[in-house]
Amino acid sequence: MTRVRISDDAVAVACGADEVSSAFAAAGASVERVSSWGMHWLEPLVEIDGIGFGPVSAADVGAILAGSCDKRIGLIAEHSFIARQQRLTFARAGKTRPLSLDDYAATGGWAGLTRARSLAPQALIDEVTGSGLRGRGGAGFPAGIKWQTVANAAGARKYVVCNADEGDSGTFADRMLMEGDPFQLIEGMAIAAHAVGADRGYIYVRSEYPHAIAKLTAAIKLAAPRIAPFGIEVRVGAGAYVCGEETSMLNSIEGKRGEVRAKPPLPALEGLFGCPTVVNNVLTFAAIPHILIEGGAALYDSHGVARSKGTMPIQLAGNIKHGGLYETAFGITLNELVHDIGGGTASGRPVKAVQVGGPLGAYIHPDRFDIPFDYEAYTVADALIGHGGIVVFDDTADMGHMARFAMQFCAAESCGKCTPCRIGSVRGVELIDRIRGQGSAAPDAVSRLPQMHNAAKQAPTREANLQLLEDLCETMKGASLCALGGFTPYPVLSALKHWPEDFS
Amino acid sequence: MIRDAQLEAIFAAFRGTEGPLLPILHEVQHAFGCVDAEAERSIAHELNLSRAEVHGVVSFYHDFTPASDLRPCIELCRAEACQARGVEALVPATEEAAGTRVKLKTVYCLGLCSVGPAARVGERVYARLDSAALIKLVHSV
Ligand SMILES: Cc1cc2nc3c(=O)[nH]c(=O)nc-3n(C[C@H](O)[C@H](O)[C@H](O)COP(=O)(O)O)c2cc1C
Ligand code: SF4
Ligand code: FES
Repeated sequence: MTRVRISDDAVAVACGADEVSSAFAAAGASVERVSSWGMHWLEPLVEIDGIGFGPVSAADVGAILAGSCDKRIGLIAEHSFIARQQRLTFARAGKTRPLSLDDYAATGGWAGLTRARSLAPQALIDEVTGSGLRGRGGAGFPAGIKWQTVANAAGARKYVVCNADEGDSGTFADRMLMEGDPFQLIEGMAIAAHAVGADRGYIYVRSEYPHAIAKLTAAIKLAAPRIAPFGIEVRVGAGAYVCGEETSMLNSIEGKRGEVRAKPPLPALEGLFGCPTVVNNVLTFAAIPHILIEGGAALYDSHGVARSKGTMPIQLAGNIKHGGLYETAFGITLNELVHDIGGGTASGRPVKAVQVGGPLGAYIHPDRFDIPFDYEAYTVADALIGHGGIVVFDDTADMGHMARFAMQFCAAESCGKCTPCRIGSVRGVELIDRIRGQGSAAPDAVSRLPQMHNAAKQAPTREANLQLLEDLCETMKGASLCALGGFTPYPVLSALKHWPEDFS
Repeated sequence: MIRDAQLEAIFAAFRGTEGPLLPILHEVQHAFGCVDAEAERSIAHELNLSRAEVHGVVSFYHDFTPASDLRPCIELCRAEACQARGVEALVPATEEAAGTRVKLKTVYCLGLCSVGPAARVGERVYARLDSAALIKLVHSV
C-alpha cells in the first residue's frame, strides 16, 4: 500500500490538506499526518517515498498514484529551499508526526532533558549562557542570564512561562513549532524548570491559534509522566496584542486586565503571582533541548555572527513567491532572503518595501537590502529583527496608508496605561490623514472654543503637520512605557523617510 | 435557572485553579455567546471580586462581548502581511455579500501570513482567498 505523508499544520489545512488526505484515503493509500516542511507555496505538499508533489488538490490524487502528475518537485530534502537551511530548532519539520512520542524519541527527543537532569543547575545554566542563545521573542535578551537571575532569586515557588502570544503580522514560527513539534517546547520548558527550581509552568497561547492549543493540550497530557514533577498548563489569550508583552501577559494569566507593568521589578524576580519567573518565547525554549545535548552549546555558538549566535527561524510572508519558514544562521541579507530564496514577489511586480519584525518594525527600502540579519546591525539601521518575520510589499503598496495603519493598530491595541501611546496613536492617525489631505484642515470645534486662545487660528501648513508628526513620534519613542507605543514610530518614520511621495 | 446551573458547573471546574478568571470568561463567552452584566455579577461573587474588577477585565479583551450576536461570524485578517497580499481590495464586495446576515470581524493575524488573505470561521481556517472564494464562504456560513 502506498504510504503518503501530508502535513496537518494550519497552513496546510487552510490550503486544503484535509480534503487531499481524505481523497488519498478513499483511493486506498495509507495517510500519515506529519508536521510541515515550511514550503508554504507548495502546500498542500504530498510526500511519497521522499518525493514531493505540490500544491496538490484532491483532483490530483489519481494522477499522483498513477505516476503521471506534473506537480512533482523531486526529493524534498534536496529541494533548494530546504537544502540551504541550517535547521536546528526545526530539524524535525516535515519528518515526524507531531503527537507521536515514538517519533519524538526516535529523533533524539528527551536526550537534552535526560542530560540536563544529570547536571547541577548551575552547570546547566552555564551551558545555556555559553551557547550565546538570545531570546527569540523580540528583545534578544541573553537566555542564560535571565535563567541565572531566576535561579539566584529567593522564593519558595518559581514559575516557567512560555510566551506563545505571537501577535506580529508576518510571523508563524511559534505556531508551526507548537503544531509540528510540541514535545520539543515541552522538553525545553522542563529543562528551564530544572535549571531554576520551578515546578509549575504555563504556556500562554493566543486564541487565534485553535490548532496549536489543541495540539499542545494533547502533547502536555502525553508528556506529563516524562516531565514530572514539573507540570505545564495551557492558558488561552483573549485577542489582545499587548498581552505578548511579558508583564502584560503575566497580568493576563493572573486574571487581570492585560496592562503593562512598570519595570523594575523584573519578572525574573517578581513575576507571576509575585514569584520569580522565567518568561521566554516558544523558539527560545525550543532551542534548548538541542543546546543541552553533549556538545550542543558549542555547536550552537559556532553558528551566526558577532553577538547574534545560533540560528533564526525566519518567516517569509506577505507578497513573496516562495513564502514559508527558513531557518538559518544569523548574518544572511534581505537580498538573499527576498530575492534568492523568496523568489521576489508573488505578484511578479517589483519589490517596494519589506517590514521586518512585525507591526513595530521599520519599513526597509530595497536600497538597504544588504544589511546582515544581526540584532546589532538592525539596531544601528533603526530597524528591528523582532521575532524574525519578513513581510514583502510590491510597488502597488501605499506606504502612507501603511504608516497610518501602524498608528491605527497601536490605538486599537494600546493597553491604555500611558498617554503618549494611548492618545498619541489616535492623534497620529488624525495627523497622517490631514497630511494626506483626507482629514479636515480647518480648526476643529475644540480649537475654536474661546478658552483655546493658544490654538492656531488657521489650518496648519503641510510642513507644520509633518513637523508635528515627527515631534509626536519622538515623544512616543521616548516616553512610552513599553515597545508598543515606543516602537510604533519606526514604521511611521521609515515610511515617511523613504516614500514621502506616498504622503501627499 | 438552567443558566445558573451552567454557570455553577463552569465555576466548579475551575475551583483550585490559579488565576481562574480568564479561563472562566472564555467558558462563559463560549456557553452564552457573551459575558453580560448578570454573568459579571455571578463571576464577581464566585471569585470574591467587585463587579467593577470583573467588568474591567471583560472590557479589556477583544474576545469577550457584552451582548450575544447569534449571526455566523467570519474573522478576516487585515494585518500587514494579508494587506500585502491584497485583502483590502476584497473588503467592499465581501461586506456587501455579508450584509446584516453575516458578521464580518476584522482580526490581526491568524499565523497564515505566507498564504493570505486568510480567514477563520470557528475552528476552521481558510487561505489564498480571492474575491470569489471569500464571497462563496460568506454564502456558505
Ligand atoms: C507590544 C509587545 C508585544 C510582544 N509580543 C510578544 C510575543 O507575541 N511573543 C513573544 O515571545 N514576545 C513578545 N514580546 C516580547 C516580550 O515582552 C518578552 O521580551 C519576551 O517574551 C521574552 O522572551 P525571550 O527572551 O525568549 O524573547 C512583546 C513585547 C511587546 C512590547
Ligand atoms: S506604551 Fe502603550 S501598550 Fe505600552 S504600556 Fe504604554 S499604553 Fe500600554
Ligand atoms: S497577517 Fe494575515 S494571517 Fe498573518
